[in-house]
Amino acid sequence: MSVPFRVERRLDCPAWLNWAIPVGAVATALLAGAVLLFFLGVSPLAAYTAMFRGALGDAWGLSETIVKAIPLTLAGLAVGLSFTMVVWNIGAEGQIVMGALAAVAVVRYAFVDSLPVMFVLMFLSAALAGGLWAGFAGFLKARWNVNEIITTLMMNYIAILLTEYFIYGPWRDPSSLGFPMTAPFPDAARLPLFGGTRVHVGLVLAILLALLFRVLYRWTRWGFELRVIGNNANAARYAGMDYMKNVLLAMFVSGAVAGIAGMTEVAGLQGRIQPGFSSGYGYTAIIVAWLARLNPLGTILVSFLLGALLVGGDTLQVVMRLPLASVQVLQGLILFCVLGGEFFRNYRIVPIGKGE
Amino acid sequence: MDPSLQTPIVEMRGICKAFANVRANVGIDFDVRPGEVHTLLGENGAGKSTLMNILNGLYIPDSGTIRVKGENRRFSSPRDAIAAGIGMVHQHFMLVPVLTVWENMIMGLPGLEAILPKKTVVERIRDLSTRYGLGVEPETPVWQLSVGEQQRVEILKMLYRRAELLVLDEPTSVLTPQEVRHLFDTIRQMTSEGHGVVFISHKLDEVMEISDRITILRKGEVVETLPGRKATREELAEKMVGRKVVFAVDKTVLNAGETVLEADGLCALNDRGLPAVRNLSLSIREGEILGMAGIAGNGQRELCEALSGLRPIQFGRVRLMGVDMTGAHPMKFIQAGVGYIPADRKGTGLVGAMNLRENFTLKNFWKKPYSRGIFLSWENVAGETGRIVERFGVSTPGLGVPVRNLSGGNQQRLMLGRELSGTPRLIVAMQPTWGLDVGATEFVREQLLLQRERGAAVLLVSEDLEEVMALSDRLAVIHKGEIMGVVDDPRGVTEEALGLMMAGTPMSVAMREACGR
Amino acid sequence: MEILIPILSAAIRSGTPILYATLGEILTEKAGVLNLGLEGLMLLGAFSGFSVTMATGNPWLGLAAAVIAGMAVSAIHAFLCVSMGANQVVSGLAITMFGTGLSALLGKAYVGETIQGIGVMPIPLLGKIPILGPVLFNHDPLVYVSYVLVGFLCWFIASTRWGLTLRAVGENPRAVDSAGLNVSRLRYAYTMVGGGLAALGGAYLSVVYTQMWVEMMTAGRGWIAVALVIFGIWNPLRAAFGSYLFGGVGALQLRIQAAGTTIPAPLLLMLPYVLTIVVLVAISIKKGKGILLGAPAALGQSFHREERD
Repeated sequence: MSVPFRVERRLDCPAWLNWAIPVGAVATALLAGAVLLFFLGVSPLAAYTAMFRGALGDAWGLSETIVKAIPLTLAGLAVGLSFTMVVWNIGAEGQIVMGALAAVAVVRYAFVDSLPVMFVLMFLSAALAGGLWAGFAGFLKARWNVNEIITTLMMNYIAILLTEYFIYGPWRDPSSLGFPMTAPFPDAARLPLFGGTRVHVGLVLAILLALLFRVLYRWTRWGFELRVIGNNANAARYAGMDYMKNVLLAMFVSGAVAGIAGMTEVAGLQGRIQPGFSSGYGYTAIIVAWLARLNPLGTILVSFLLGALLVGGDTLQVVMRLPLASVQVLQGLILFCVLGGEFFRNYRIVPIGKGE
Repeated sequence: MDPSLQTPIVEMRGICKAFANVRANVGIDFDVRPGEVHTLLGENGAGKSTLMNILNGLYIPDSGTIRVKGENRRFSSPRDAIAAGIGMVHQHFMLVPVLTVWENMIMGLPGLEAILPKKTVVERIRDLSTRYGLGVEPETPVWQLSVGEQQRVEILKMLYRRAELLVLDEPTSVLTPQEVRHLFDTIRQMTSEGHGVVFISHKLDEVMEISDRITILRKGEVVETLPGRKATREELAEKMVGRKVVFAVDKTVLNAGETVLEADGLCALNDRGLPAVRNLSLSIREGEILGMAGIAGNGQRELCEALSGLRPIQFGRVRLMGVDMTGAHPMKFIQAGVGYIPADRKGTGLVGAMNLRENFTLKNFWKKPYSRGIFLSWENVAGETGRIVERFGVSTPGLGVPVRNLSGGNQQRLMLGRELSGTPRLIVAMQPTWGLDVGATEFVREQLLLQRERGAAVLLVSEDLEEVMALSDRLAVIHKGEIMGVVDDPRGVTEEALGLMMAGTPMSVAMREACGR
Repeated sequence: MEILIPILSAAIRSGTPILYATLGEILTEKAGVLNLGLEGLMLLGAFSGFSVTMATGNPWLGLAAAVIAGMAVSAIHAFLCVSMGANQVVSGLAITMFGTGLSALLGKAYVGETIQGIGVMPIPLLGKIPILGPVLFNHDPLVYVSYVLVGFLCWFIASTRWGLTLRAVGENPRAVDSAGLNVSRLRYAYTMVGGGLAALGGAYLSVVYTQMWVEMMTAGRGWIAVALVIFGIWNPLRAAFGSYLFGGVGALQLRIQAAGTTIPAPLLLMLPYVLTIVVLVAISIKKGKGILLGAPAALGQSFHREERD
């Protein structure tokens, strides 16, 4: 089979590609999405314009985008940490939920009428809950090499069912008139907001943690260990690095950060837990982490972008009556294109000239 | 009939092949006549494997022609080559371990029946086995076979497919001296039946023994093709490398001090949970090199790992400078001054995707001044890495380059520099010169001798008998995880005796038998 | 004993969609490709099967459409992983997201509709065997097809030349490549077949089992199938056993709920997921490191013919 080009492995990756590939990937995905929309009888132009206007067109849209970017950043950092070690934490969704549940539990059973105290209590309990939820899967992997993709995923389903149990059962708000949800948080448990927007102090947490993670990966011993283990587990062992301990620790921290995301969602944004509380942030976070190439600062940027996408999706639902799931299709397409684009990081296409 | 008058089985003319920025083959002419053993001699990177992979159909040449029995041929896949009667036995076997010998034999065979014809295949295997003296049990799963037996399966695979030309890529690197004899007998049997054999090697003695013709490659080009019987070692080595090669090793007088390493009745399991090191005892003193000869897969790797803390010890003790280190964490061994140079440099010793600085940090991230509390000091790392690069002659465009971009020789120099710059008390070196060109090999041996002079204890594990005999002060032979004997003066023992020990004969018997000849 | 029969029978029917997906994934993984997109593929299959059945009135066309849809989407996964060397875990997740989203998007219009699917077809003589008869032979045709499929795959893998190639390509693709066979083509083929079977399993849910369409109706069965491949140590017969075990748990849990119990519904619904974890842990402990002796050695790794050593 003769083709007019051949594929060649690259020795290094030129810097401009690091930008060109993700941008190109998103552009291609949007194009593919446009084709899909067209076949569904929806004008792609109208849809994309509506999305853009809704997410970035005015101050309200922008603030809503940031609101969505907060849990995405936190969960994206969490997922990115485990991925750095090539441990697949697919359970961010469940860990977010467990963090939120822990915060609700603290408010219910250990309420103190002081915002700083509540903040610390909720923060710690959410981190612990999420950390243990992920740590359990990490323990199974470290000890018996149980596939963590499946265990973390199963625990997602269990976490969501657990939430349902509490919402419909013991923690149901009696004054909610037939709609199952927990009682609203008292003021002392609500995170302060910025201005007249819904953007809450979780934003500060997200940015702080992103900076912390950057320092972690670049300048600390543990960050180095994580990167080595993720790159070459054999070399890590040879260097005296403890695989089991690191799997446990990484999963715990990963779950803890995701748990914090859950806490900020319930304490900062929603003030209570209703069915559908975690709207897939845990899964979107995977796309965030992959698109940002596990880079913490990049994670902030990509979270903003994907937050815009989600807000755009809300707009589509309201304005054009498209189901929320359409955004998931677009997310899948973006991930496809990013995966395909990575090929060009390692290889290049060289045309075979006639003179050769 | 005079072989030189017959049509060659295979004739390659003007073969050129380039990869990215490297010209692997430049205008190569090569042919093989029926009944001849034609050796391709050259260093690593000279272009031998590339040329044979072209012949094998795995690569397509940029230019040049291939003629099989006088007819022009184009191979676009290995299937074409096999159909044309060319069979290659690769250095790394192309076998599927979980499948049996007979299943491996027919995997991918064109024209195979839909339902696997087990009986017919097994019978045919037994026939070929007897005819060529390649004994192997067809119903055994391949993972249970020894390396030598696996090689026999590979050769049988080619004969099963009626190959007329067999290409053997470095076949003797995994064999005992006795098994090498056996292989040469098989090769002679094959040539007497009219097969042609291409023998790829860099081992001069073997090449001189078995070859009818020798073609020397250097940097992708043919240096010369000459008749095998009349060549001398010096001539071949010089043509291979391009300059005069010194074979002797300059070793100072032994000045051994205190015992650094003491292993007592060590027992360790391999990855599959089977005993790999059995009741093994040894000791090494300061300033001494203990060589360990043996065929690959007899427990060497497991022993080296046990001595560096990387493998759990089931029974027995390991003592470093008198301190009992049995069961200690690998980090403790590193901190006690054990430098380990693993055989698998790309897979274990280095992280390919990381740069030189980071690879230095791999074994130094716990040490001051490279670590400060929970942080790393990249400045100090860069400084020391730069010094290593200079002292050990690592050729690299910079310190921030991924290590996988470096050549094998430079990777080994870097790893050596990293392990040795920390002035280790004990150096465990496993196959340190494997796959390196002559220049790098000389350098590594020099460094080990320097360390010996400096007072380090060195355990040198090598399958290269020549190397291990020349460098060691004392020489142990390992077989199936046990030490067959320790020779106090390697100059007073023959390769034959060593070969017997490597195959399982205890030292006393082996020495007697070898002397008796 | 009599009470067991309806439960066992329900176990078979409930386990059949999982079985199809598991069998498909066994083929894909034996070829060396990890496809985590089963959940998305099952949902796409469920939707395609339902919508085409509704449009044409012919459930068999619906099933065929599902298989085609499954093959088409898993071809994307094959392209990304086999041809472009992408990370197989993430690619599979992308397929799940895409399939879940697309099926929900397209299926919006079909929520609440019902179809006339495929009914029960008892087998004349075998159905009369005491106990075994009503349990095994009183089902719809797709169940019988799945029995045959299990047997066929066992034989195919062990005794045919294609089965031999399949076993080899997942263990040592280099060996297969040097024998002159096309590793990429093999992996494409088995990925697509696996995807098609997964979609068929999903279609079974909508066309036969419930005869409705509900968003996310697979409820994680695709993931359970991935776990069952490991639990069954890549063997079709053991996979069948595992699928029916999970089918049984699902059926049991429905019955407990229907019988009116004080146990809250969400806790009962957790059973399959908890069981998956238990089962996975059990097999991992039992085989220890040896579990890797069951997994194809090259699973999840991209294969490229090395240009230079």
